[in-house]
Amino acid sequence: MFRTFAIALTLGTTLSLAQAETAPDAFVMSLSTEVIDAVKADKAIQAGDVSKIRTLVDTKVLPNVNLQRMVIKSVGQPWRSATPEQQKRLTEEFKTYLINTYSGALTQVRDQTVKLRPVRPGSSANEVVIGTDVVSRGEPIQLDYRLEKAGDTWKIYDFNVLGLWATDSFRSQFARDLSGGGVDALIARLSEKNKQIAGTKN
Amino acid sequence: MGSVLTFCRGAVVVVALAVASGCATTPGTPNDPFEDFNRSMFAFNEAVDAAVLKPVATGYEKVVPQLMRTGVDNFFANLNDAWSAVNLVLQAKPLPGLETGMRFVFNSTFGIGGLIDIAGDIGMERRAEDFGQTLGHWGVGPGPYLVLPILGPSTARDAASLVADFQVAPSEWFHSTASQWGVIILQVVSTRARLLSATRTIDDIALDKYLLIRDGFLVRRRNQVYDGNPPEEPEPPEEGSEATPPK
Repeated sequence: MFRTFAIALTLGTTLSLAQAETAPDAFVMSLSTEVIDAVKADKAIQAGDVSKIRTLVDTKVLPNVNLQRMVIKSVGQPWRSATPEQQKRLTEEFKTYLINTYSGALTQVRDQTVKLRPVRPGSSANEVVIGTDVVSRGEPIQLDYRLEKAGDTWKIYDFNVLGLWATDSFRSQFARDLSGGGVDALIARLSEKNKQIAGTKN
Repeated sequence: MGSVLTFCRGAVVVVALAVASGCATTPGTPNDPFEDFNRSMFAFNEAVDAAVLKPVATGYEKVVPQLMRTGVDNFFANLNDAWSAVNLVLQAKPLPGLETGMRFVFNSTFGIGGLIDIAGDIGMERRAEDFGQTLGHWGVGPGPYLVLPILGPSTARDAASLVADFQVAPSEWFHSTASQWGVIILQVVSTRARLLSATRTIDDIALDKYLLIRDGFLVRRRNQVYDGNPPEEPEPPEEGSEATPPK
């Protein structure tokens, strides 16, 4: 389960620049393929080269993610009472945390290919859910995305690995710090975790 | 048959029955009324893993060549295919059951006792089904989340189902107690070795590893019961989405 989870996390991040007026499923397909190909072509990434992985995530993945919405979804109600300064710091730490999450998972990519499932409607007219199956040896891994329309293209604001939505998982893990010490406690926790990851990887 | 698993079966039944009474479900929140107990069991399992399982699996990965490790994985997965086929039939899915049964026959013969996944090479996908999924298919809810000693994440339903799953565990195909333990150990070590890089990732990213694994396990089981197409859960309302973004 852990292996599939990690692979799926990886592919949940497989996003990159899309063409104008893309259909949402085509958007997901081209991004997935692009990032998988980038990892496959790069032995350094497969071996865990941290700076190369970060560059890949930063340039290809993040521009297609509505980071702000992900943070708010993951934090929930306490976001509203946070000061603009706290919100800014929280967003920064969350971003680093997300990149770290992706980077670890990206090293798991080997010989996967992506198959699309039928498009499902989202919660509003401008949102859709795109399901994919990541096929390798063994059982396919389910990987879904929530997309929102952003001009001519789409942005990802949540992804789902084997049934678990990322923001649900984050909210569950954030809740204890938020109820104990508020937004500052969560910022401290994320910051500590990010430092710890930077320490083990470099 | 005098199986080394008899004890495990007994223990599992006792735990599952003891727990089945505590089923109070609140929609939207994971069903985990025994979180304190589960967390201590989780900590115990983590300690065993760090002290024994992970070092052994790491050694296994270093010493045994990839080709042999794949063979071992295929061997166990192939035996599991036979049990999956039975469960598919029990779920009244005769065609997938037949295909999975064919998969087993094919790999057991042309794949040299399952060492080579020939069926996978010609595009027959593997469908892993266990007895917990069969019960779930017929409407038995998962019940509370349970962390079992050594075996790890489970639910009341799945823990009780292990009694059936263990009857057909790969070790049951062998007769002497020594070979049974040998098979169990090999299965555990090879499984753990396959998970090494993934658990490194989980260790890296988890803020609260217990919660990450619990939430992930519960939705994954639900997914498996519905064969990857669970009924859509409504997206939770978004708090503060109208708030101004930070400058």
